[in-house]
Amino acid sequence: MSTAAPRTRIRGGVGESVERPDSAPKAKGEFQYGSDLRREGMLFGATLRSPHPYARIAGIDTAAAKKMSGVKAIITASDLPTRELFGLMKLDQPVLASGKVRYVGEPVAIVAAETAEEARVAARAITVRYEPLSPITDPVAALQPDAAQLHRRGNVIEDVLVEHGDPDARADVVVDGEYELGMQDQAALGPEAGLAIPRQDGGVELHIATQWLHEDLRQIAPCLGLPESKVHLVLAGVGGAFGAREDVTLQIHTCLLALATKRPVRMTYGREESFYGHVHRHPAKLWYTHGATKKGELVFVRATIVLDGGAYASSSPAVVANAACFGAGPYRVPNARIHAVGAYTNNPPTGAMRGFGAVQSCFAYEAQMDKLAAALDIDPVELRERNALRNGDAIITSQPVEGSAPVADVIRRCADIAMPNGEIPTEPIALPGGLGNLTHGEGVRRGVGYAAGMKNVCYSHGFDDFSTARVRLARDVRGPIAHVHTAAAEVGQGIVTVCAQIARTELGVERVEVDRPDTTIGSAGSSSASRQTWMTGGAVLAACREVKAELLARARKAGRSPDDLGALLEEPIDRTVTHRHRDTEPRDAKTQNQGHVAFLFAAHRAVVDVDVDTGLVKVVQVATAQDVGKAINPVSVVGQIEGGIAQGLGLAVMEEVLLRDGLVRNASFTDYLLPTTLDMPPVVTVLIEHPHPDAPYGAKGVGEPPTISSTPAIVAAIRAATGRELNRVPVRPDDIVFGAPYRSGWRITPGDDPRRAVRAS
Amino acid sequence: MRIKLTVNGDEREAEAADHESLLTVLRESLGLAGSKNACEQGECGSCSVLMDGELVCACLVLGAAAAGRRVQTVESLSDGDRLHPIQRAFVDAGAVQCGFCTPGLVVATYSLLKRNPEPSEQEVREALSGNICRCTGYGKILEAVDRASSAMYRR
Repeated sequence: MSTAAPRTRIRGGVGESVERPDSAPKAKGEFQYGSDLRREGMLFGATLRSPHPYARIAGIDTAAAKKMSGVKAIITASDLPTRELFGLMKLDQPVLASGKVRYVGEPVAIVAAETAEEARVAARAITVRYEPLSPITDPVAALQPDAAQLHRRGNVIEDVLVEHGDPDARADVVVDGEYELGMQDQAALGPEAGLAIPRQDGGVELHIATQWLHEDLRQIAPCLGLPESKVHLVLAGVGGAFGAREDVTLQIHTCLLALATKRPVRMTYGREESFYGHVHRHPAKLWYTHGATKKGELVFVRATIVLDGGAYASSSPAVVANAACFGAGPYRVPNARIHAVGAYTNNPPTGAMRGFGAVQSCFAYEAQMDKLAAALDIDPVELRERNALRNGDAIITSQPVEGSAPVADVIRRCADIAMPNGEIPTEPIALPGGLGNLTHGEGVRRGVGYAAGMKNVCYSHGFDDFSTARVRLARDVRGPIAHVHTAAAEVGQGIVTVCAQIARTELGVERVEVDRPDTTIGSAGSSSASRQTWMTGGAVLAACREVKAELLARARKAGRSPDDLGALLEEPIDRTVTHRHRDTEPRDAKTQNQGHVAFLFAAHRAVVDVDVDTGLVKVVQVATAQDVGKAINPVSVVGQIEGGIAQGLGLAVMEEVLLRDGLVRNASFTDYLLPTTLDMPPVVTVLIEHPHPDAPYGAKGVGEPPTISSTPAIVAAIRAATGRELNRVPVRPDDIVFGAPYRSGWRITPGDDPRRAVRAS
Repeated sequence: MRIKLTVNGDEREAEAADHESLLTVLRESLGLAGSKNACEQGECGSCSVLMDGELVCACLVLGAAAAGRRVQTVESLSDGDRLHPIQRAFVDAGAVQCGFCTPGLVVATYSLLKRNPEPSEQEVREALSGNICRCTGYGKILEAVDRASSAMYRR
């Protein structure tokens, strides 16, 4: 794609920090999120969920509930119009549990009533007889040959092997490690919410807070027994997403209730239900071995990675592939074997969360890089720089990094950012424990840690990834105006601003309106994989260029200047373009091919103060350098980076969905801790702009890298401060005070098939 | 029960079931959806409002307990298209992403600056520690509060 500068300079174009069109309505409290929607005569929906991680359903009795005040409809599996299953990558999930429940929180029945309270009370009055079965909650146990089969095709959701060079290569210096990541929640503040309105033609219109309207449509319509033409989706205001809105939650349920009652129905999850209702980040167990020469050149990486997919597949196949493909990090590794497997268990389903598989392996390989640096007595920054991928170097899938690979630059420029004041502070609020006033600094130690990471942008492995944009250039009494219509979900990341900036820049028109996304236009793909700027930005750019070409043709024909928009726009110019990135190859047996479009890189340095007496951590500063290609809206880019680092900090020291026998024990913001203003340190950001030749203006995508290597950098800093091994996140105070490292309870040679794991005696 | 209260300067009447929070009354009975429903447990500050001038989480106040009180919500701060300087500062600083936390943060900042027109960064961090933002990492929010303080008090 050309990056030629447009002829006309216009305010609010590409490269400027531009005010978001939705920010004033949001600041005023006027912006309508899914849970704010209302319609005359609207009913409220509620869901009855399984209290068991694994059980047979022996019977459901809805008679008493049906007679309750305000109740208009109750639907169980036997009332469904079809037996269709749904799911992002595998159709394995029932709309309502039938026969068996496979996780705590699985929907069993839905209710519509005149008030939300009546719907909730009636759902509780439904009697379900369960015969509990023995749940499997350890994903390694789920993979053993003697494990009960949770799904017809067994417990393996996905099995990805990467073999590169000589996978059994030997080296002078070898370091090993075992690692674990707990389950993280996306914790978007806006709860799941949607409003379904029955239509005259027997169809339904759904206003929904989602990441991908057309994928929802693909899954919803068959489950309603309707053709896609009778299901119309409109994007409701989205209160954050981070992957949690990639999957169908209440979409089908809300539509079913609206169709059954012939009245509008709104469903909104409360916070507790939200924890049961959406997928989480995959917990992971990883076994690694790294080998290097005495000079510090990486010789091999071997790893086994087990991801807990929970009860249903969701996007697990792609998460597993990512964990494997990027399992050696942004380094030159001539020989590798990475075996990654996703397992079905009776834990809550897991799927997309920012960083998508790359987060899990980065925590492990970056800890390994530090171990290697220590074993070799080389500075950890220097070791990373020395092994950094350069343009043309292949990653462990044999795919060369083309276009832009400023890895060494990213690492060095991050390390060169000025350090914070070297003194440990004296005021209690700035110390670990903060307002708790737990220390005067006597047991506080400072540490510094580094990490770098990588990830793909856009979809990989042969997926037909495209986005559609319609651009209409017209004039009204105030002059020329451009309308941009796409189905790209604005989830807070700022694609709505990016689309407007591109249209202004390309068309030389300042007034641009971005229409509400819906399914009357073609798919834009998901707001995920850091891809919307590349894909929908690319589609808007291409549509604008077609509009511009028509404008020039009209100008030539009329013998007028192309700037004479008044005369040339008697008739509006309207163009719809579908944009695709270059083809990628499907995975082969050893994952040695051109599977990805392009790669994103970032590095983080964390400075922490740790109270070794209480085990509490205060992150003092996070410095980062990130390769963004081109910052289309710099203030938004920095906002994405700072916000992504906050989520990485959360995973490092606070955030975990705690499970016992498949039950979420902390389904609230009281018990699931999120970083606040007192936890987040100042972030110092350096943007590195090496334009990618295939991306619009070279902009590669920004959203995920901040969440990938920030976590290992913070944990490395805590290790530096305490000397503890800390091979599990989130790091808990006990891990610091008592120092007992995490042990999986399984023995496995890194790189081996996890189905060959044996229990450690 | 039927309650009477003053909301944004107007006398209002609303139906509030015994168990219903002020947040539910505002959002569902009075049509004021600017106060947000993120945790409904007093942890995230998305529903921050002023009750008789005190900053409270509307989700923790029973609707019935708001009877006879003066309640001020985010909707009272702007005047048509004219943003309050705090709202303007949030917009200009890039402190709004998904925006679900923004109304609560705007109200909490309004309460802070009334008490302390020129707070230090540490005071801002402490005052806003009950408001969770999942998108921004807070950097732009701290900048917004500083800009608002300047615009309102340091001209």
